[in-house]
Amino acid sequence: MRRALPIVALLLAGCSGVQTMTEGAGFGSRQFNSLMLLFLIVTGISFALVLIFLLLALWRRRSEPGEARVRSWLIAWIAFIVIGLILLTGASFLSDRREATAAADQQPLKVTVSASQWWWGIEYQNDDPSRIIHTANELHLPVGRPVQLKLNSGDVIHSLWIPALAGKQDLIPGRDNDIRILPTRIGRYRAQCAEFCGLQHAHMAFDVTVESPQAFAAWYAAQLQPAPEPATPLAKAGHDWFMSHACSNCHAIGGTDANGRTGPDLTHLASRRTIAAGTLQMSRGNLMGWIENPQGVKPGARMPTVGMSADELHAVASYLETLK
Amino acid sequence: MGLALLSSLLLLGACRREDRSQTTDPHAEGAAGGAVIAAPEQAHYAASAYHLGEGQRLYRWMNCNGCHGPAGGGGMAPSLMDAKWRYGGSMADIVRTIDVGRPNGMPSFHDRLTGQQMWQLAAYVRSLSGLAPKDAVSSRGEEFSTKAPYTQRKPAQPPKPGEAY
Repeated sequence: MRRALPIVALLLAGCSGVQTMTEGAGFGSRQFNSLMLLFLIVTGISFALVLIFLLLALWRRRSEPGEARVRSWLIAWIAFIVIGLILLTGASFLSDRREATAAADQQPLKVTVSASQWWWGIEYQNDDPSRIIHTANELHLPVGRPVQLKLNSGDVIHSLWIPALAGKQDLIPGRDNDIRILPTRIGRYRAQCAEFCGLQHAHMAFDVTVESPQAFAAWYAAQLQPAPEPATPLAKAGHDWFMSHACSNCHAIGGTDANGRTGPDLTHLASRRTIAAGTLQMSRGNLMGWIENPQGVKPGARMPTVGMSADELHAVASYLETLK
Repeated sequence: MGLALLSSLLLLGACRREDRSQTTDPHAEGAAGGAVIAAPEQAHYAASAYHLGEGQRLYRWMNCNGCHGPAGGGGMAPSLMDAKWRYGGSMADIVRTIDVGRPNGMPSFHDRLTGQQMWQLAAYVRSLSGLAPKDAVSSRGEEFSTKAPYTQRKPAQPPKPGEAY
């Protein structure tokens, strides 16, 4: 008992944080939590009843069967099962309907999420093409507005899971899938690929920032801006190296010649909290380590070891740091 | 007993997993585009399923299929499935072609690809015309190929005249 206590305490500690279903920061996950609670109560009662009947059967002395009593017990038992089943089925249906029609009067924000081994491409759709933004491995959402995520995959099956906000949905190559999310609480949450997709499946995550509509509008406006011109000579040298070597072949930086789409968009790289799809914190040291030897950080990642001299590495890192 | 021992030894023989060298020393290759590498290293790229697979991905990513056609069928640029090589068909020749480019349209990828990527591409290009070892090539490729798939099925016989089918 004394040994079990700390384990239980540890398990309970897992019930809060950036990546838990119990967080209930979205309409879908709150619905799910209350549905889960109802299931737990109904199935818990029936489990307890079965145990009680079993114990009674063991302890009671066998006497002449009371035919009438057995029958009334049976009727009560069947009625309980039927009512329980109807209750749970009805609750599941209603919960699903409520989730589907939540905030149906509001125009949803449309975002396309494209998964690749092993990162997430994010594209905010807009009827005005000049207001479409590309980013990677980060999702900003305004609180209280529904968002329609269109999901597709470029290589294998992935699955998008933001436990604090909603359930999972698969991203399937060659097929459009979607999920509707309604974030209800401001905060930073974590999304994780939930379908094994290869070597670096575990290192395929991103930050979901739910913020006030004003903060979201400010972020969106900043994302619409092209990357700033490099100011210092070192950053300028890094810019030139980036544009004239393999980097620009796969990565895009808005406002420059780099327009590759096979790797993450780097236009506002330095404003993100993490690099390499949630693998490392954004910092000068981590950035340099990642560029110098991606296969050491994330073996199997599609980013090759480019092979740079120390000077070139410093220059490119200081250029990337200016991409706020 | 002897038979069981022998067969278990045989089974263990299959336990060797192909070595996936994702990288070598960060500075060894790539610094000078398609840097020249030693012959054994070339042979390793040419016979590795991992590198062939990476080459196949790069073939699409770098839009080689835009001119050479999907699976090297040819189009604006020469076919890569046949036995003709204008600039040589060895690993080193193909890497050189990718690295420096060729007249009449083949661009140079000197600053666009690392050395390792060029060797992977070269290995894949050779596999298109059946020059890669059979045990390294994917046996269930989805694209058209010059070779019959490596399966256990008997090759289909063309129907004979007058035969019902």
